[in-house]
Order: sequence, then C-alpha cells, then structure tokens
Amino acid sequence: MIISRLLLMPGMLMHEVSLCEDVIRLIEDQAQTQQFTRVTAVWLEIGALAGVETEAMRFSFDAVAKDSVADGATLNIIDIPAQARCPVCDKAVQVSARFDACPDCGHYPLEIIAGEEMRIKELEVQ
Amino acid sequence: MCTTCGCGHGETKIEGHAHDHEHHHHAGHHHPHEHGHGVLAAHASDQGKSRILRIEQDILSKNNEYAVANRRWFASHGTLTLNLVSSPGSGKTTLLTRTLSHLKDELPMAVIEGDQQTLLDAERIRATGTKAIQVNTGKGCHLDAHMVGHAMESLQPEEQSVLFIENVGNLVCPAAFDLGEAHKVVILSVTEGEDKPLKYPDMFHAADLMLLNKTDLLPHLQFDVEQCIEYARRVNPGIKVLQVSATTGDGMEQWYQWLRATREVALIGNPEAAVAG
Repeated sequence: MIISRLLLMPGMLMHEVSLCEDVIRLIEDQAQTQQFTRVTAVWLEIGALAGVETEAMRFSFDAVAKDSVADGATLNIIDIPAQARCPVCDKAVQVSARFDACPDCGHYPLEIIAGEEMRIKELEVQ
Repeated sequence: MCTTCGCGHGETKIEGHAHDHEHHHHAGHHHPHEHGHGVLAAHASDQGKSRILRIEQDILSKNNEYAVANRRWFASHGTLTLNLVSSPGSGKTTLLTRTLSHLKDELPMAVIEGDQQTLLDAERIRATGTKAIQVNTGKGCHLDAHMVGHAMESLQPEEQSVLFIENVGNLVCPAAFDLGEAHKVVILSVTEGEDKPLKYPDMFHAADLMLLNKTDLLPHLQFDVEQCIEYARRVNPGIKVLQVSATTGDGMEQWYQWLRATREVALIGNPEAAVAG
C-alpha cells in the first residue's frame, strides 16, 4: 500500500498524502469527462496560509500518482502569498501568519484576502 | 470498490459497514463530473498530442460536496452536529462521556468516534448508554465528510439529536475538512501550553467555541489562562471560551448551557421542532 511505504519516511506528513489523493481523484474524474489518458504535468496553487507543506506535497505526489493517469507527471506548485486587509486603514498588506498585525497601524486581526487557496489550476494532458 | 465515491482508497473502516457491496449514497453523493469543470484552454501546445486543461478546482471540492449533503441531512432531521477537535490527550473522550451521562435524560444524543485504530472510544461512549459508531481512519489524520456520510447510514440518530463527532486527535488537518457540522468545538487542555492557538491558528480560527479543559490542574502548572485566551482571540476574535474540568465537573454547567441554547437556536424555524413542541 502506497501510504504504508510513505509512513516509513521520517517526517512524512499524512495531511499532504491525503490531499494528493484528493488531487488524483479529481484528475481521474477529469480524465473521464475531458477524454484524456495521460497527464504529463499538474499545476497546483497553494496559499501560504493553507497549512500545506509544499515539500511534503511534492514528495507524496509521485507515490500517490503511481498507477493513475498522472503516473510520472511533473508537479508544479505555484505559491500564493498571503494578503490581508486592515479594517482600520483599509490597506492590503502582505502577511506571513493569520494573526499578524497591520504593519502600519498595529491593528489585528486583519481580514485575510488571499493565501488560503488549495486549487488544481491546470493540467497538461495527452 | 465503489467507483462513485472512491471507497476502497485508504484504510478507513466504519463499524458495521462492509465494503463489498454496492453503496447506497444519500442525496448529494453524486458524480462531480456533472458540474462541468475544466474548460479547454486556448494555449494548447504540441497540436494533437499535448494540451493544457484549465481546471481551477478546489482540492477539497469533493469533500465539500459531501459536507453539503451531510449538512442538508442534519437540517432535515433537526440534528445539531458538533465537530470536536483537539490534540491527542486533551481529555475529549472524558469530556464527552461526562456530558453524555449528565444530559442523557434531557437530550437525544449520538456520537461518531474518529480514531486511527481501535474501537475503545466507541465502547467508552456506549457504556454511557449513547448510540455510537467508530470510524477508524487507518493511517488517515482526520475524518472527512464522506466517512461521516457513511457513518450516518449505520448510526441513524434520533430526530433532533445532538450529534458529537469526535475527530482524530490532531490540531492541523481536521481544520480544513468540513464535515457538515454546525460548529467546530476545539478542546485545549491546560497541560498543553498557552501558545497553542498561535502555533495552530487554523484550528482556533475555524472553531466557534474553545473549551479550556483540565483547569483542576492549574495550581500545579505555569499556564497563563488570560494569555491563552488572548492568543485565541487574536486568531479568532469571535471565539467563545469556557473553562472546564471534565474530571471534577467544574465549569461544565456552562458547557451544558451552551449545548442546550445552541440546540434550541438550531431548532427554531425547523418544521420538525414545531411537531415535537
């Protein structure tokens, strides 16, 4: 079983394995509706606040994709930086965590406007 | 294997749910390819061979569809569903068994127990006389909405029940997976350190209520309650915090009050509620 093999790897995160399984399921559905038999590249958009370790994602992807239509596909991860709006100064600012304060006025919490994405953006298929 | 929903992937086991039959999927467990995602993008390379498909689909979209179906089912049965999340060892099961014993003559209740292995927790719950079903996620780190949908088929709680879903002990992954619940309730014990809300902000952001458990141990610890609550409010200004000890019962009455009140609110406007009076 794929999962058991991955668990032998120190520091492996199950969360990313299960997200990769979700990705592969969605791709398999697409293969039926969009009539393709092979995926050669996958582009994912992952937000900085999505709670996803992109390295673990890359690592899990190859193993989870094995024997699926995406077997051997290249995984490209597009990092989406986290952005928030300060409700006091109404300015969009870059943040690194959910609880960051506004760099200008010090107010928190800020309203997160980007960085929570976990999306399959594009596929290269044959 | 079930090709509609992907059962058979992973190692999930639901008590009393055999995997060798055609599943009966309740409404909403439908094929996602009816939704017409995936528009053929213009910039196809290598004509006739490779092409680029623009998908723009949320990775959790399948889970979210199941969650919507669960939520619809809960609403039509007047079920108040609470997703209990915490790290392992926060005292979730003790809190739950005390709650069930205290309220069993007052409210109809049922429990879905999520753990990677063993039926131990469901057995502890059933010892209180409450209906419970165990879901073993195998190596999975969280329950998902699909597992909950299947568990409901076997559990069949009474109308207008409070359904507690005790998630796998983990402060990371369960935050992202909507199960169709009305509220996430995060349980944090004072033995864990007051900075947990900042270390695991997603979970505290997703929860509506935080139960600060094991307060009976505070005299023996250097745990700054005020600081902890301030951290939780920093990631989620609207979070309600109750301090409880599931062992001594201190503060538990406030939690019971919250349960009663939340259930009443959930039943307002529900046609089933009018019948029951």
